[in-house]
Amino acid sequence: MVFNYKNLYYLKKNLNFSAQSFVMRIVPFIVSAALTTGLVAVLNTPLSVGKTKTPRLGYFLSPQQGFWQNAEPENKSFDANIVVDGLQDKVEVLMDERLVPHIYANNDNDAYYTQGFLHAKFRLWQMEFQTYVAAGRLSEIVGPDRIATDRFFRRLGMLEGAEATMKKMANNPALQAAVTSYANGVNAYIKSLQPSQIPFEYKLLDYKPEAWTPIKTYLFLMFMSYDLTGRGTTTDLQMTNSKNYFGYEDFNKLYTNVQDSLDPIIPKGTVYEKASVTALAPTSLDSLYFAKTSSVAPNAPEAPNKHNGSNNWAIAGTKTKSGKPILASDPHLGLNLPSLWYEVQITTPTHSTYGASFPGSPAVIIGFNDSIAWGVTNAGRDVLDYYDIKFKDTTMEEYWFNGAWQKSVIKEERIKIKGQPDSIDRVAITALGPVMYDKSYNANGSDGKYLAVRWTAQDGSSGLQTFYELNRAKNFDDYLSAIHHWTCPGQNFAFASVSGDIAIKQQGAFVARWNRQGDFIMPGQDSSYLWQGMIPSSENPMMKNPERGFVSSANQMSTDSTYPYYLGAANAFPLYRGIIINKKLNAMFGVTPLDVQALQTNNDNIFAEMARPAIFKFLNESSLNADEKKYVEYLRNWNLRNDINEKGASVFRAIWDSLEVAVWSDEFKNANLPLQWPDESTLLEQMLKDSVILFEDNITTPNVRETMVDAVTAAIKKATPHLAQMEKDGTLAWGAYKDTRVSHLLKIPSLSRLHLPIGGGVHIINATTGTHGPSWRMVVHLVNGIEAYGVYPGGQNGNPGSKYYDSFIDSWAAGKYYRLLFLSKEAAKQNSQFKWRLTFTNS
Amino acid sequence: MKFIVAIFLHAFLAFAVGLYSQFPWWLFVATSGIVAFFIMDSPAKSFFAGFLGVGALWAGLATGKDLANAHLLSSKVAQILPLGGSYITLIIVTGFVGGLLGGFAALTGAYMRRSTK
Repeated sequence: MVFNYKNLYYLKKNLNFSAQSFVMRIVPFIVSAALTTGLVAVLNTPLSVGKTKTPRLGYFLSPQQGFWQNAEPENKSFDANIVVDGLQDKVEVLMDERLVPHIYANNDNDAYYTQGFLHAKFRLWQMEFQTYVAAGRLSEIVGPDRIATDRFFRRLGMLEGAEATMKKMANNPALQAAVTSYANGVNAYIKSLQPSQIPFEYKLLDYKPEAWTPIKTYLFLMFMSYDLTGRGTTTDLQMTNSKNYFGYEDFNKLYTNVQDSLDPIIPKGTVYEKASVTALAPTSLDSLYFAKTSSVAPNAPEAPNKHNGSNNWAIAGTKTKSGKPILASDPHLGLNLPSLWYEVQITTPTHSTYGASFPGSPAVIIGFNDSIAWGVTNAGRDVLDYYDIKFKDTTMEEYWFNGAWQKSVIKEERIKIKGQPDSIDRVAITALGPVMYDKSYNANGSDGKYLAVRWTAQDGSSGLQTFYELNRAKNFDDYLSAIHHWTCPGQNFAFASVSGDIAIKQQGAFVARWNRQGDFIMPGQDSSYLWQGMIPSSENPMMKNPERGFVSSANQMSTDSTYPYYLGAANAFPLYRGIIINKKLNAMFGVTPLDVQALQTNNDNIFAEMARPAIFKFLNESSLNADEKKYVEYLRNWNLRNDINEKGASVFRAIWDSLEVAVWSDEFKNANLPLQWPDESTLLEQMLKDSVILFEDNITTPNVRETMVDAVTAAIKKATPHLAQMEKDGTLAWGAYKDTRVSHLLKIPSLSRLHLPIGGGVHIINATTGTHGPSWRMVVHLVNGIEAYGVYPGGQNGNPGSKYYDSFIDSWAAGKYYRLLFLSKEAAKQNSQFKWRLTFTNS
Repeated sequence: MKFIVAIFLHAFLAFAVGLYSQFPWWLFVATSGIVAFFIMDSPAKSFFAGFLGVGALWAGLATGKDLANAHLLSSKVAQILPLGGSYITLIIVTGFVGGLLGGFAALTGAYMRRSTK
């Protein structure tokens, strides 16, 4: 080939050109590919906004996978033929128009399997979330903010308690099979779940459901034990501080165990037998226990609501119009969405029951069957104590007990944290319980102390057996033997039967205590302060078919002081709801279910009825200006009802709160410790008596000796500007002042129902406060075939994208009830209020 | 015509892969890239075809869900995100996010085709 310069030139030029154009073509590709990848990455990553994180936005917005999939069509049909594994027979579920399932199964295990499936179908996120909280795994889904909470629950022994419960279940094959079938049902649903169909909150928080296990049911029940008895984790510390700060003598007046106006569950004057278990107070009591010791100031990251309580009562046929008993039950708990409760009917050849169930647990918890009805309130008894442990050194491997060094068990708790490496929490377990506070947990507050926590729930419980048997109970004897299994949380079980019996019993595993045992942190260096025994179940307070024709409970002290056991510090027992319930029931005759509904939603304020004259007794109106006098007039003219439109109710509350501040705050603010203020009844009962009132003098004005008259004047002067402002803003009416809301478990406002028009409040039968109140109202008329009514502040579907998410709330706020449909399968099929049919068959 | 076909294919294929929620939600990025690779058009037109195809699909599906749901969930989500509680804004944002990804995926496909010429 002849060499040609010209050719070479063109070749070079071409080469250059193609290289250049290749680069020019590849660069846009690379840039756009990078941009696309980057965009996918950004939209597939949770982004930080302030302290919170967004969901993965692309995923969350994707209409085929994200939240749009949870937008349930308004006219959705819930009809379905569901094919699963693990059923013994075909199950039929008829859904009524309120989305309440009526399960008709040919055997009990199939019924619980189906209940598990339905709980999961409508409440999966909530039931799993609650068990994450109980197990101390919240950080796994919400990140590092909640580590203190996770450590708290792990140190409290929640998992150990659940495991102990599981061990006890091994002795009870029928119940164990029920819990296992329930778990299988939950898992069958989870297995059937397309990723696009997982509940809304999983998408928001970006995690996935895990398999359900029986231990989760027990963890949930542990959480209920905590919710109803766990206040001791906080109050025992606060009471210790108060005792140390004021000295035992003043303490005993401020936190008195005497309640003059008490109307106990078992009427005063009842004669009790001698205690069969005697608790001997240690000889070192005055020097080691009642004496001032060093104070502690840990702030527990969680504390159950002070107002967790309830009402229940049963009225005998002698007082009802029909001659048949009527039972009422309304448990007061935190008001949340999705609701704690889920209505269900379970019908099998062995039994047929209806009521409120817990998503997370098989069986009906508060309800009725064709023979009996039952309801529960919290007993409020102290079943949790702290012991001050002396360790050899900071490794906590040995502690001093009964004159020798004992080995502790060290448990390493691995806490998974979303977006961070795991954290290991080292917990020492002693014979007096696991150590809650130590050098690594709330070291600043616990003053170098090691505090072990002993709680009856740590021993596990066969409490589920109680509900299992109540669901099937036919009569009083069945009821008594069912509740005999109950240990924690202590409850007052009200009972009524179609055969005409009514009864109430306070049941639980209660410690036989010496006076004030466990009200404060106890010395933990020898066995003298340990629990000496449990009160036999047969000695727990009980009453059957009393002359007065009713039984009732509202968390007050169960007995007067002649009961041979110490019930615990009186400030654990609210006083006033019990007084008014008994007063009203005494005066009622020819009672109908409608009357009972009216009583459950009654807004009369008995506390104000007693407190208003006490305020006026100490009021010197000449020292008030025109504005202040105006609000005194509001108070004077108030009808003593906490209905939504009553301004007087808000005026009373503001003045009373200011009065408490005027009397107590000067003494309390110098303490710089977490202290609990005395109960409202402490101040009121002193005002009603003509005795010297403790701390009425304001210690910040040493030259002046204030009296109660000055305190009342100061309170009115202090409350007036607030009241005037509220009146200007139009928020003085009680409903607006109280501002009740039902909050989503994640406290997201748009998933909550805010500003609900409902009256009631503390000390009132309708115990609805801002965030707390009757979580299930039930009225059962024990006629043949049962006539029952109920409502709860929520809806059957936990999905915020469903119209059944909050569908009962307006009725609940208005004090309306639904007639509960308790029908045989044949009758249900004829009934026009039944809308859908689900069948479950084995594959 | 080519443009219209491309829009339709973007939407159809994104919908088809979206039916399988075991797959990642962004799998349509691949299908939109492929569509633009085979249907040759200018980069700008490819981008808009992808944007309109996926954007319309997302907005359309969201609208369908939302109408059947009477804006119940969208009004709540539009407060969480926060878009002032407006379901319309939420649908627009949904369509825009899908569209943007569809557009960039198509642009990438178009440039890929050009780089192999």
